[in-house]
Amino acid sequence: MGAVLTDAFKRLLANIQDYAEMSGRALLNLASGPRYFQDILDQMDDIGVGSLPIVLMAGFFIGAVMVLQTGSQFTRFGQTALTGDVVSIALVRELGPTLTGILVAGRSASGIASVLGSMVVTEQVDAMRAMGTDPSRKLVTPRVLAGILMLPLLTALNDFVGLLGGCLASVFSLRLNAVEFWTRAINALDFADIMQGMMKPLVYGFILATVGCYKGLTVRGGTQGVGRATTQAVVVASVLIIGADLFLTKLALFLGDKIF
Amino acid sequence: MTPSAQEHDTSTVVAFTNVKIGFDEGDVLRGVSFEVMPRETVVLLGETGTGKTLTLKLAAGLLRPTEGKIQVLGEEVSSMSERELLPFRRKLGFVFQEGALFDSLTVAENVAYRLREDRLSEDEIETRVQEALRFVELEHTGDMLPSELSGGMRRRVSIARTLATRPPIVLYDSPTAGLDPVTAQTIITLILRLRDVFGVTAIMATHRLQDGFGLANFRFDPESKRVVRLDEKEGAAAPNGEPATRFLVYREGRIYFEGKPEELAESKDAYLQRFLASI
Repeated sequence: MGAVLTDAFKRLLANIQDYAEMSGRALLNLASGPRYFQDILDQMDDIGVGSLPIVLMAGFFIGAVMVLQTGSQFTRFGQTALTGDVVSIALVRELGPTLTGILVAGRSASGIASVLGSMVVTEQVDAMRAMGTDPSRKLVTPRVLAGILMLPLLTALNDFVGLLGGCLASVFSLRLNAVEFWTRAINALDFADIMQGMMKPLVYGFILATVGCYKGLTVRGGTQGVGRATTQAVVVASVLIIGADLFLTKLALFLGDKIF
Repeated sequence: MTPSAQEHDTSTVVAFTNVKIGFDEGDVLRGVSFEVMPRETVVLLGETGTGKTLTLKLAAGLLRPTEGKIQVLGEEVSSMSERELLPFRRKLGFVFQEGALFDSLTVAENVAYRLREDRLSEDEIETRVQEALRFVELEHTGDMLPSELSGGMRRRVSIARTLATRPPIVLYDSPTAGLDPVTAQTIITLILRLRDVFGVTAIMATHRLQDGFGLANFRFDPESKRVVRLDEKEGAAAPNGEPATRFLVYREGRIYFEGKPEELAESKDAYLQRFLASI
């Protein structure tokens, strides 16, 4: 029993070490050539533009739901006008980045893991190495960079559409004035909130891309292995994103107090 | 950039010295030593799981041995880092079992892959790609995706992709596995032509005995553009002497037999006879 646990623990440590090494190298690759600009653009298109529909739709609905939920509480105290403040702070600081992170993890971490996993299984990654191309530069770095660059943009759009959904819900359901909602929503935000909301997705993008790449490149056991890796990529990336959220929030609140 | 085979004529091209490799499940190669001379073709035979593919991957530095030394073109690949290996591997060609074509790229882009990496001009790339595809008689498939090709065609494209950079050594991993006899023969003829036109040194893992004997008994005559039997010769001797073919038979991670084709065919060893009858 003890030996089994020790083995499992050792394997976990080895995995973490491999993951850290792969992720670190993906970033270090940026410092020197060869760089694959076309691959970076392709991945930005895939992760960024490809995720737009789900991010926008989910953002719209979550904004509207937030208004309904908070509004129903505020009506008790006759303070429905505060809805705009609450929804905008919650969206920009927390829901926008995390929801975007989890949605894109579901879509892109799985996509990355299945593409790279299939390439491993069909020996395309070996073929790449055999032809003198570093898979870390050609496959991992473009995806990680695209993740880091695209997530903040997606989050910004998600926040905006969320407020739009919130505005519509407050106009039609709470009978609030649209201009008042927007004014309160925007005035409620200060620079620290926006910093917090834009810093988180940088980390989420990094997490979902590196986890997808790691799970894909370490596939064992044929097509079944690819399926397993795909599922694991989504699960691990989502949990890591929520876990990271806790620490990032604490860090952002601390920095917000100190600096702004 | 594309060293010719002649540069290395004086020494061994590939040398394995007491190479071992193992995984969690146990050792697969348990001390393998052999050498490959310039323009020679070594045919690796053996039951599934005896380490034929591993041997090829070790030679290309895709895997690292747990023990032993591997020298290729005078460099010790077993002690090189991945960073040193990447440029070195450009001197090798590797034909994977299922072709391992990049399935998101067209056939022409696959063949051009390494040329683009080397930043050749588009004109030069176009010429080389057409040349390579013509060599494998697939010049009309340039715009197709690998998924639209048959298994045999994919292998031929894979050979064209290898050929595009004219490497002095080519490693073939079961190039005829899973193909019908006629298509398999086409692939073997291509390998013959690669050897006799470009003077390629090769290691070929295979499950088919006739692949090995095909390489041993026939040669491609560039003048008449025909495959001829070696003993007929028809007055057209190969420029650097006849290309030699040698057989290695693996058994349980060790070399069980090493020798010329006729020695293998005439061997009285019970295991060899049983093994040869089974493939």
